[in-house]
Amino acid sequence: MSAETLTENSLASDFWQGVRLSMPVVVASAPFAVLFGALAVDNGFSVLEAFLMSALIYGGASQMVGIQLFGQHVAPWLIVLSIFAVNFRHVLYSAGIGRRIAHWPVIQQALGYFILTDPQFAVAEARANTGQTVGFAWYLGLGLPVYIFWVIESALGAVFGKLIPDTHALGIDFLLPIYFLGLVLGFRKRPLWLPVVLASAAASIVAYKTVGSPWHVSIGAIAGVLLAVILPPHHSGVETRP
Amino acid sequence: MSTTFWIIIAGAIATYLTRIGGHLVISRFENIHPRVEAGLNAVPAAVLTTLVAPELLNAGPAEWAALVVTAVVSLRGGLMAMFLAGAAVLIVARQFVE
Repeated sequence: MSAETLTENSLASDFWQGVRLSMPVVVASAPFAVLFGALAVDNGFSVLEAFLMSALIYGGASQMVGIQLFGQHVAPWLIVLSIFAVNFRHVLYSAGIGRRIAHWPVIQQALGYFILTDPQFAVAEARANTGQTVGFAWYLGLGLPVYIFWVIESALGAVFGKLIPDTHALGIDFLLPIYFLGLVLGFRKRPLWLPVVLASAAASIVAYKTVGSPWHVSIGAIAGVLLAVILPPHHSGVETRP
Repeated sequence: MSTTFWIIIAGAIATYLTRIGGHLVISRFENIHPRVEAGLNAVPAAVLTTLVAPELLNAGPAEWAALVVTAVVSLRGGLMAMFLAGAAVLIVARQFVE
């Protein structure tokens, strides 16, 4: 066996090892992809637009935020800003993963950052923490199935979402707040979580009543983030992390 | 091209900037100031809360019940379990309330 086939074999095995690790993520994200497609159409998107949004943005919560605001006829730039704000946590992921993939060719790095999602970061970082190299084949094996299934399932959800007759009886108009509450509760172990949530909730309700929608989103978010910045750092616990 | 199309394109560019931005900008600094990191950590919860809280004003018993059940299930379950429990309560409650 030549050295070349050996390398190819190990690349293929790295890839498939990544694919195996991607399966739980594929399964867990499937319902949300279908839900996104159905809700996108319910909020006025075409099937093609739902498909494009999943293919180009590829960030579940931010896509949901986008279609929620779209349904409320919010100014386009504010929808884009909200998508940006929800995805802003990826800044931390790319700062972290940058050290692990700096040895890849630039094109591969550019692609690697495109498919950098919460689970992609978590699994890649876990591999790096065990002292193993994060190779491109492995990383692609981990990320590509999640991406492909996400896009296909979104389109399927959009196609079949159109067939749902009574969206109110099925609660479809209120599924997004439930989903967002689930996401908020998922962050509850973070430092300063409760004060931030209370500040954002209070500020967004007051802004909703006084200034009006859609400003309650920006005002509420700024209130929560400012509170986290202003409170003394020892409350946030960030400096105690390794 | 429709407005929706351009919102999607701009949203995609904004999202890619966040995915590559940390590497391009933050990795050039030796340390992130703890207050900046605390602010960044707070962003997702702060943004997502603003999408739930005002909905409470227009909600009725069915919606409140769904949110309470979602919160209770969150103590044990993952996102999918929370969401399904909340959605199930909402659908059942709406058959009786309205």
